[in-house]
Amino acid sequence: MLQLLQDYAAQIGYLVSAALFIFGLKGLGHPRTAVKGNLMGSVGMLLAVVVTLLDRQIIDYRIILGGLVLGSIVGALLATRVQMTSMPQLVALFNGFGGVASVLVAGGSFLEAVGRGQDNLQMNVATAVTALIGGVTFTGSVIAFGKLQEVISGKSITFPGFQFLNVLLFLTCLGVGGAMIGDPGNSLFFWALAGTACLLGILLVTPVGGADMPVVIALLNSYSGLAASATGFVLGNSLLIIAGALVGASGLILTKIMCKAMNRSLGNVLVGGGTATGGAVADADEVYAGKVKASSPDEVAMMLETAQRVVIIPGYGLAVAQAQHVTRDLGNALEARGVTVEYAIHPVAGRMPGHMNVLLAEAEVPYENLKEMDEINPTFEQCDVAIVIGANDVVNPIAREDPTSPIAGMPILNVDKARTVVVIKRSLSPGFAGIPNPLFAADNTVMLFGDGKEAVIGINNALKDSE
Amino acid sequence: MEFFFASTILLLAIFLGFELITKVPPTLHTPLMSGSNAISGITLVGAVLSAGTQYSQLTSILGFGAVTLATVNVVGGFMVTHRMLDMFKGRK
Repeated sequence: MLQLLQDYAAQIGYLVSAALFIFGLKGLGHPRTAVKGNLMGSVGMLLAVVVTLLDRQIIDYRIILGGLVLGSIVGALLATRVQMTSMPQLVALFNGFGGVASVLVAGGSFLEAVGRGQDNLQMNVATAVTALIGGVTFTGSVIAFGKLQEVISGKSITFPGFQFLNVLLFLTCLGVGGAMIGDPGNSLFFWALAGTACLLGILLVTPVGGADMPVVIALLNSYSGLAASATGFVLGNSLLIIAGALVGASGLILTKIMCKAMNRSLGNVLVGGGTATGGAVADADEVYAGKVKASSPDEVAMMLETAQRVVIIPGYGLAVAQAQHVTRDLGNALEARGVTVEYAIHPVAGRMPGHMNVLLAEAEVPYENLKEMDEINPTFEQCDVAIVIGANDVVNPIAREDPTSPIAGMPILNVDKARTVVVIKRSLSPGFAGIPNPLFAADNTVMLFGDGKEAVIGINNALKDSE
Repeated sequence: MEFFFASTILLLAIFLGFELITKVPPTLHTPLMSGSNAISGITLVGAVLSAGTQYSQLTSILGFGAVTLATVNVVGGFMVTHRMLDMFKGRK
């Protein structure tokens, strides 16, 4: 009787927990409800873990508690210490942990079931699927972490025949998986499959360039959900299936959004190489020769003094230079002079979806001053001064004008339509797309060469002196 | 659990996920991703079961690893999401 009650309690707990995840994810999608959504998600998780602890299969709690305590300490330390600029790395790392945990769970349950003679076809197939997806998620996330943390080169690393090797590895996974399902008693097949999947994960992410990381992070996010879902099939647990599927679907949507914002197909990102092939790339000297005007902080400050509406366009270079806070100071100083200041955020500004919004929020830039691309683009004609800080390809008018360009059709911020454009950049070096940017040579553009943070501080000081 | 029943749940949950996540403003993409990431740590439930049955030394070791890593994913994910959302709050 008591046992029956325990089982029912667990099932009801899982049901409530699934509902909390659904409401939690819904909440995360709206600014007003996001905090509550996140809390609901965490309560759902806590409930799921607590009812699981009541399961009567569990005969020893020491290992569980040890893992829970150790994991909580590490997770809490990482979550509270991380810099907002490093958020993409952290999410990648957490993703990888989730992926490898799924592999270990599926593997452990599979080995136990086989040992007890309780395995069945569904379980064995699901274990193989988990090992494949989870393994790829694990090493793929670790490589993504390495690239974002700049432990590994952020450039696209390829070698001749790597695509062939990837296909070969995938087929090997299928073969080994088949062998594992056919002969579950031989645990060697499981380990071989997990190992091959890990190798595949490394080779899948290594060719992806730094600029394409938002897509990869979103995709790996989706994979970690799918791995959890597959683990649900191994254990026959509907909560894992539901929660994993929700995350898998949301990750896929974000992947699609990112691909669209970068004008890349998913296949193109995964194949790597950075730029799309074909299309005539204009010669940099031809575009820039004699037309680029270098400016000084004082001159920029003078332009700003007479401006009524200023739009700041932050790119990832701003985050690299840690210039968020001085940029906010600039914005505040201008607002104090009665200037309208807005921030134009391109969807892929930063290293993961929505990253730039987080960075500016941390610097206490008012939320209502952050404008999305579609909202601000029609208003650039009424903008007196547009200040581009560390952005390049996302403000390249070529995307709009030259259908043969590698970035043709990519959604850009129409910065060139502003009356005056100030570009703060270290040099005229090309962005990730590897093409020159005619905006830098436009009649209404001046370049302020230098480190993003120092350049903005220079403008701030010049503004102060003129008061 | 029967395969087709489980697959039905999977299919419905995927459709639900698509419905829930469309039209999320870009501002929330990063917290959404880290929050959903934490939810994908639900594999922790399986890890707890696996670590607790003490079937063999190997499964206990696998279970311990799985519990630890999934807990990092879950605790870290929810906490860092809260930290981010906190920065958005109050300035609207």
